[in-house]
Amino acid sequence: MTSDLILQISNLSKSFGAIQALRDVSFELRKGEVHAIAGENGAGKSTLMNVIDGIVRPDSGEIRFDGQKVNIASPAVAQRLGIGFVHQEIALCPDISVAENIFMATTNISRAPLMNYTRLAEKAAEVLRRLGDINPSALVRSLSISQQQLVEIAKALTLDCRVLILDEPTAALTEKEAQILFDIMRKLVSQGISIIYISHRMVEIFDNCDRVSVFRDGQYITTRNVAETTPTEIVNAMVGRVIDKLYPEKQGENEKSDSVILSVRQLTEKRRFADISFDLRQGEILGLAGLIGAGRSEIVKGICKLEGEVTGEIVLNGRQLDTSHYQESIAEGLVYLSEDRKGDGLFLDMSIAENVSALSLEQVSSQLGIINDRLEAGLARRLGAMLNLKCGHVGEPVSNLSGGNQQKVAIAKLLSVNPKVIFLDEPTRGVDVGAKSEIHRILRDLARKGVGIVMISSELPELIGVCDRVLVVREGRISGELSGNDMTEENIMYRASVLDKRLEAVQ
Amino acid sequence: MTQETKAATFDGVGQQPPSSNGIMDAVRRLFRMRETGLVLIIVALFIVMSFASPYFLTWVNMRAMAMAFAVEGIVVVGMTILLISGGIDLSVGSVTALAMVIAGLLFLAGVDPWTASALAILACTGIGAIMGFFVTTVGLHHFIVSLAVMVIARGACLLGTGGRPIGLYTLPPEFKFIGQGSIGVIPVVIVIFLVVVVASDFMLRRTTIFRKVFYTGSNEKAAAYSGIRTKRVVFFTTTLCSALCGVAGIIYMARFGSAQPTFGMGMELNVIAAAVIGGASLSGGTGTIFGAILGVILLSVVSSSLALLDVSVYWQDIIRGSILLSAVTIDHYLNKRRR
Repeated sequence: MTSDLILQISNLSKSFGAIQALRDVSFELRKGEVHAIAGENGAGKSTLMNVIDGIVRPDSGEIRFDGQKVNIASPAVAQRLGIGFVHQEIALCPDISVAENIFMATTNISRAPLMNYTRLAEKAAEVLRRLGDINPSALVRSLSISQQQLVEIAKALTLDCRVLILDEPTAALTEKEAQILFDIMRKLVSQGISIIYISHRMVEIFDNCDRVSVFRDGQYITTRNVAETTPTEIVNAMVGRVIDKLYPEKQGENEKSDSVILSVRQLTEKRRFADISFDLRQGEILGLAGLIGAGRSEIVKGICKLEGEVTGEIVLNGRQLDTSHYQESIAEGLVYLSEDRKGDGLFLDMSIAENVSALSLEQVSSQLGIINDRLEAGLARRLGAMLNLKCGHVGEPVSNLSGGNQQKVAIAKLLSVNPKVIFLDEPTRGVDVGAKSEIHRILRDLARKGVGIVMISSELPELIGVCDRVLVVREGRISGELSGNDMTEENIMYRASVLDKRLEAVQ
Repeated sequence: MTQETKAATFDGVGQQPPSSNGIMDAVRRLFRMRETGLVLIIVALFIVMSFASPYFLTWVNMRAMAMAFAVEGIVVVGMTILLISGGIDLSVGSVTALAMVIAGLLFLAGVDPWTASALAILACTGIGAIMGFFVTTVGLHHFIVSLAVMVIARGACLLGTGGRPIGLYTLPPEFKFIGQGSIGVIPVVIVIFLVVVVASDFMLRRTTIFRKVFYTGSNEKAAAYSGIRTKRVVFFTTTLCSALCGVAGIIYMARFGSAQPTFGMGMELNVIAAAVIGGASLSGGTGTIFGAILGVILLSVVSSSLALLDVSVYWQDIIRGSILLSAVTIDHYLNKRRR
């Protein structure tokens, strides 16, 4: 019975101060399976993984690894047991080579006094060959986020691990890259490695995992064979209530309008994108699809004058804009939600109220530029209530909030200036299922009220589920437009990648 | 915080805060503030010292201590604001000395002392602007730029004076009044200091322009993504810090009646230490004027106490450094626990 279990956790509890992060949790991982962990943010997934990796010590409970009772006191112990953890946040040294990064842990354990760079490069090349096209001597700084993610995985693989934990590995990957990762996962499993796979995306869980365990509020809820359950059942177990619909109603036929809010013509940036033209119509949510690095974010930032030297015409409500800095774009009513919420979207150590008013200080201050605390708190409360923000009070630092609520603060910040068009870059990345569907509903409500919505997402089901129309971007140009029933994953992927020059040559 | 704000923040969005007892909550919050801790330490020092030395609690000693930290306190204000925006300035000591030297030389050349002072402050502002240019437009680090300017400004001081202090015996009494006079029993220096502190504290907490300083220091990219022209903000704080050094330099000149080219060596360390003890972070985004002033008072009381207790001057630096290290360590642990 126990022989097919690599990891067996029983009655594990852990609390941080007054917060009970894990409550009497049990979990079993079989040899050679891909075991998905599902649960909303704050459900205890990360704490459990941190316990398995020795980052966090449990208060009580037992862990058996390959039948033996173990005490995982530190990540070094976890490494020695053969547990590899690929964190959601990338933690690489940007200024040294890929090979050196991959073998950081090995170098650390090694007793050799000198570095053997030739052998390092050879071994790195060998590992990377399994993962994709990355030059082992390149500096990590020069890689894209998705390539960096693969380097993280390579790093874990070099440790001869028997259990590999992947924490939302596809959050920064495009569909194509994600597929490569899934192929790798299958290969690893066939070699007897067990994988714990954390993801918010039901499609990935159901396509690639054998079993799924659900956690909620620090408690273990259930484990099911993927073949014997449905996404709806899992989602309902996660949120503890029945979510009837994953996506809000789309724009009805009778709601369609010909009036154009924003019109972009021949927008060009010398290196990033060229000849971008499109219209955003009243009431619609327009999606931008494409591979990472295709230039979606750059186009949107270019329209907002956040980045790049952009030429071309931008017409808002029939009037041509002559903006040169993002400050002017905000004044005109164009706002941008950054894809990296923690990195450049929010002031984490500042309060909710101070974050919300960052775009609109003049709204909460007198003519002399003196801020009125009461107006500022009022603005945050009003927008917070509108977005169903869950927080104690608006003077609380944003870092105290969950991912979904942080994102709502970021959206509240944009709404504070009554924008005409909102550009959202990956608005639901790292956001749990409940908050995700709330954000979708908010976007739809805004569109109904006449705010133009342009949304970038690398998650195709989300784009298809939320948007009324999708533009596909490939290598800095618009390579297709899809709407209605034509919006399928195949159609989007085809336009996003198959026309890729390298692949054309193959065909 | 006004009564209404507190009421307002505690209703509406989300659940009630755990404690409904407003007063206990306020007390608890007061004790978590580092300013409270600093005040307690300073008061404790006062009590201990009043027993240790009969001279400590005398008016003369109090006045001397206050004079010592007041002028430096003006520089601390500039440094704190700069630290909040994410910068740092090592040149404060030399720039303060340079203000003295420029104003002193102009005065000796026959320029009216007020005009000479204004020109000297302007020159310091210019130096700040040049540093701001190198940091924002060229893209160099504050540390390196201000290190270079520290050496250059000191060199200019020595060059202008031949390395010797210049006596300004003919300074008119109304000018000396700035540094030596009193309004009633309160020295003018202290009055100027209080005005700078109260004004900057208010502006830092309440004005939009200084709020942008916090945004920029807290997360420069997020600030840029909020439409804030972060380079202008950093340029502004860099320039402001040097301008305040100029003001301090003029007050010192009026007080000493001379211009000293070697004045203020090592001042940057004291000033940065005071700001950091008071809660400013070297990574930007946090800090208060009130805290920084308490920091400078603490350091000054400690120096004065050690002098009264006949502790060797050489020990003083060691003790000052240890205070800085302990303050930052305690803060680090408190922060960790809070998170």
